[in-house]
Amino acid sequence: MASLVSHPDEVKVVSKRFGQGATSLDRYLELDGYKAVQKALGMQPDAIINEVKNSGLRGRGGAGFNTGMKWSFVPKQSPKPKYVLCNGDESEPGTCKDRLILQHDPHTVIEGVTIAGLSVGAHVGYIYIRGEYRYLSEIMHKAIKDAYARGFLGKNIFGSGYDFDVYWHGGAGAYEVGEESALMESLEGKRGIPRIRPPFPAVIGLWGGPTIINNVETLASVPHIIMGGADWYAGLGPPKNGGTRLFCLSGHLNRPGVYELPLGYNLRKMIYDVAGGIPNGRKLKAVVPGGSSTPVLTATETDVGMDFDSLAKAGSMLGSGGVVILDDATCMVKFAQRIMKFYQHESCGWCIPCREGTDWLKKTLTRFHAGGGIKKDIDNIQYLAENMLGRTFCPLGDAAAMPTISIVKKFRKEFEDHLEGRPCPYKEMGVVQESTVMAD
Amino acid sequence: MYLIFMGDVTLTVDGKKVTAPAGTLLIEACKSAGIEVPSFCYYPNLSLQGACRMCLVKIEKMPKLQTACTTVISEGMIVTTDNDEVRQARKSMVELLLGNHPLDCPVCDAGGECELQDMTFSYGAAESKYIDAKNHKEEQQWSPVVYFDRPRCILCYRCVRVCGEGMDVWALGVQNRGVNSIIAPNQEDHLDCEECGMCIDICPVGALTSGAYRYKTRPWEMKHVGTTCTHCADGCKTTLGVRRCDTGMEIVRGDNRDKSGINGDFLCIKGRYAFDFAHHAERLTQPLIRKDGQLTPATWEEAFELIGKRFAEVREKHGGQAIGVVGSTRATNEEDYLLQKFARVVLGSNNIDHHRTADFPALAAALSGKPEMTASMRDVFNAPAMLLIGNNPTEQHPLLAWQIRNNVRLHRARLYVVNSQPIKLRRQAASSTQIPAGSEGKLAAFLAGDDSALDVLVGAGDSPAPDPSTSLSAGSRGCPSPHDWIALREKLRGEANLVIIFGSEICGNNIPSLVKFASAIPGAKVICLADYANSRGAADMGLYPDLLPGYHRVTDAGKFREEWGGVPEVRGLTLPEMVESAKAGDLKGFYVVGANPIGRFGVDPYAFSHSFVVVQDMFLTETAVMADVVLPAANAYEKSGTFTNTCGDLQLVKKAGEVTGSKSDFEMIVRIADAMGFDVRKLVPFGRTMHFDTGQSRGVQSGEADRHAVWLQAQGLEPKMSPFDPMAILDEIQRLVPGYDVSRINLLAGNDQHTTLAGSGPGALQNAELIVPAQDDLFSSGTLGRYSRTLNSVIENHHKEPAETDVAAD
Repeated sequence: MASLVSHPDEVKVVSKRFGQGATSLDRYLELDGYKAVQKALGMQPDAIINEVKNSGLRGRGGAGFNTGMKWSFVPKQSPKPKYVLCNGDESEPGTCKDRLILQHDPHTVIEGVTIAGLSVGAHVGYIYIRGEYRYLSEIMHKAIKDAYARGFLGKNIFGSGYDFDVYWHGGAGAYEVGEESALMESLEGKRGIPRIRPPFPAVIGLWGGPTIINNVETLASVPHIIMGGADWYAGLGPPKNGGTRLFCLSGHLNRPGVYELPLGYNLRKMIYDVAGGIPNGRKLKAVVPGGSSTPVLTATETDVGMDFDSLAKAGSMLGSGGVVILDDATCMVKFAQRIMKFYQHESCGWCIPCREGTDWLKKTLTRFHAGGGIKKDIDNIQYLAENMLGRTFCPLGDAAAMPTISIVKKFRKEFEDHLEGRPCPYKEMGVVQESTVMAD
Repeated sequence: MYLIFMGDVTLTVDGKKVTAPAGTLLIEACKSAGIEVPSFCYYPNLSLQGACRMCLVKIEKMPKLQTACTTVISEGMIVTTDNDEVRQARKSMVELLLGNHPLDCPVCDAGGECELQDMTFSYGAAESKYIDAKNHKEEQQWSPVVYFDRPRCILCYRCVRVCGEGMDVWALGVQNRGVNSIIAPNQEDHLDCEECGMCIDICPVGALTSGAYRYKTRPWEMKHVGTTCTHCADGCKTTLGVRRCDTGMEIVRGDNRDKSGINGDFLCIKGRYAFDFAHHAERLTQPLIRKDGQLTPATWEEAFELIGKRFAEVREKHGGQAIGVVGSTRATNEEDYLLQKFARVVLGSNNIDHHRTADFPALAAALSGKPEMTASMRDVFNAPAMLLIGNNPTEQHPLLAWQIRNNVRLHRARLYVVNSQPIKLRRQAASSTQIPAGSEGKLAAFLAGDDSALDVLVGAGDSPAPDPSTSLSAGSRGCPSPHDWIALREKLRGEANLVIIFGSEICGNNIPSLVKFASAIPGAKVICLADYANSRGAADMGLYPDLLPGYHRVTDAGKFREEWGGVPEVRGLTLPEMVESAKAGDLKGFYVVGANPIGRFGVDPYAFSHSFVVVQDMFLTETAVMADVVLPAANAYEKSGTFTNTCGDLQLVKKAGEVTGSKSDFEMIVRIADAMGFDVRKLVPFGRTMHFDTGQSRGVQSGEADRHAVWLQAQGLEPKMSPFDPMAILDEIQRLVPGYDVSRINLLAGNDQHTTLAGSGPGALQNAELIVPAQDDLFSSGTLGRYSRTLNSVIENHHKEPAETDVAAD
């Protein structure tokens, strides 16, 4: 397991208990654990929702929707039980933050789930953990067991008269299940395929009941908001982009790792100051700012604040906080091929454009990189990706299309360099292709 | 799909104002305005998928294109279904599908009637963008009738849904993910299912193909004839694809491409594949006459001459009552009517009977003079509530089961099941109650108000325990209590427009009880279930020794006497009585048309050793082998006329196939009458309505003569120039049989016309022992089934891999 990193610019909120043994319930209580949920038990549900809404907390899974707003869509009265779902199917390449939360601070997640439940009147919460994170399930299993043993979960939690159950559930290894409705299908024991929306989960979700579904980091932020207050949290970041965020800095960096920084932190500073710059005297070529599905930025586009709105203005997305740095020895064709290989493998196959489109893109890019490309391929790759964009059943197709389009547009010359049977020019430079970046 | 009426919504589609009920899907609203939005995965009445992305349209204020199949219309919505962006989106979908498609259209069964071909044609996705290899997967055979050519599949999931949602079989699923996704049987490599072939029919491409049809022909080489299925009594409309062959016209395919029938989308295994008996190697193609104890081929002239001479002799010497006639439950109404008329008028005998599988005389008697109370097959799909007593429709009445199932699924109708077996339809039931076998009649009495019948319903010790999941009273153990029964009766009494469906378990005096119960419920209707394609028709046409057509008693022949110039008034012999009479040496002649009493009832074949026996059939059945003359008959796919299904829906039967050497029963009956020296004009009123219209209304404009001919036919005025024209008898049926005076033009257009029993004769109480259920299941169909290669291969296959649970039990 990777060791923790730190930097003076960090503002530790979600990560404040990392490395402090908070998996032990006693230690967690020493670190002010389970105070937020007790405070929330004394609040009106609407007050909880308003607090979260005013904090400016936006979904940390990638879409960035206002969390409090999302909770407010759950109907007050419902003939069916309501549910809280914690989406721990963290699978976006370049993203490794939820895993740290689950590993170092599982009780915060339980606490966040419980508070979300209180805000909408749900009595059951599920923590869905990515299949590949099997070792984290054990940690969560113990945490839930310990919380039940102290009466923090189950009947009459903290003697409040309120019942709340929490279960964890392991995935079977599908990126697609990170999509909220696919996650519900999976949790119900079906194929992990997204649902038609509307209806949205807030109205008809898990087993037909109104459902809150949020990312691990989002829910882990909630107890801190309840304790510190909306104003404090909102003040940590720029307007409408409240709080801090775990940035997963990976790739060609001297000090890669997960850093908690305020939203809006400058990307250049993040690369050269926080993560210590690029090793081996190489230069920056491109940055993936928010997980592999976001459009890449070139070296000249990196003077940008890392928040939802600034990155949207720069033509990309904050996404899941997975920042991947590529140096000038990276072959962008190979990079595009590797990303597509992932999406082709993870496409659920439900709709035509994603199922067929990712496969043809992978086939074409693989051949192209191997030296079998023809001139028509470059336009065809762009055509295929553009025709997937916005037309698939769920955002997975967009996730595959967006980086591809940006790579072809911004690095077209590299594609042309590969043409007509020439081997990958970057191989000639003697660069080890399968470096720290997303090994095959 | 599940609509509560909330008023109308007006939207704009391609500049056109469209108004549709709130809750309508955009794709359906467009269709209603005549605007086609293409789709592969959307299919009416199946769950929504949004998977094929072909129905993407532009909706104002939405940043992305939206799927018309999942969008519910809203007031003021502005939709564009055809612009450059939309066309490009659809074109790219087709391009992506064609990428991995094998493009083996020249040999594909679906070539020429393939939705992927049509979409390619519409959106011009003609350029191939890929130079990499296609993904390939091997073809699979899932059952004797279902093949799956995997690379052709476009994953629209229609097959999965129609099998699960429509059929409640759930034999198909999706395996793997991404580009490796594939439709697969849930039982590893084979189908454990009802073999209905709905998955094949609904497949938009040639991925699922039929074992009976594949690689036999190109679709455009067939002629398509819409007719009525000849198997069970539900009367599905089926479209037969026929092609000329060296023995006549061969039927190569059965499907439901004409969705106008009472069955809509549906056909079962028999309707879809079991036409192949027609070309069985043992099919008779020339008359046989017994010479020196051996059945020997003869000419038609020899055969008719011999029959005419012998029947005439018997009639002269011993009188008509010395000849017995057995009619068919698979002949047309016209043939059955003609046959009983032949018996009564030509032979002068009421000795006519048929294989009875339901007590229609009792039903007619109970309903006579009442307002219309029979439900049509279409009514079953729309009834708010249904009560099913006895029978197992899934096995015996597949269309009825489909209607019930889908009425529950799509309209949330309430189904009440009372049965001695845990039939599959209990899965759709709001309440399901098991009763001891044989106590169905007591149930009818109880429903009619006789509470003393409760003792039998409640007290039976050997009753199987009711299914706890759906039993009448949740939580109750063992048999339902009297309280439960009374609660059920009250619930049923509170249901408006209840359709009561009952099997042959209810007959005789129990039918009036049930009708009494139904009469007290506003709008209630009944359906009596018989077993063969024209069982109801045979009953309506008077194949009874004591009843004339329309259930009029022979003792009160009325208009029939006037029309026919005399009807014997003495009640004739029933089928068992004919056997006894033959054994006693009194029955000198026995004329069997399309029936197999010896095979069916286990009659001693030597009973008829002193009778002159004539059999008209397709095969040498147990009855035919002991005949003196066997005449090779055409089946219902090889002649024209009408059928009445068990609900009373009258439908057209059209000639599709032809096997050289056979004749229709109709023609043979007329020829025999003629050979007996009878004036056939008195039997078939041909030429009677013939007009010589010398051109006053036809002529100058092209096509006018055709229109004139259609009009004449619709009015029943078309010249019937031949004594072999069944339409001449249909005229008489429509004139004389109560309830059959339906719209002729609708009938000729291929529409079902419900006949009513309200005006029928008084009927007469029948001996319940005369009712012998066919006991056919999904894969058997009396004599026809025995000669169907497809049905036999399916039965063999199911025996090879026995299902884990009893078919009947699930």
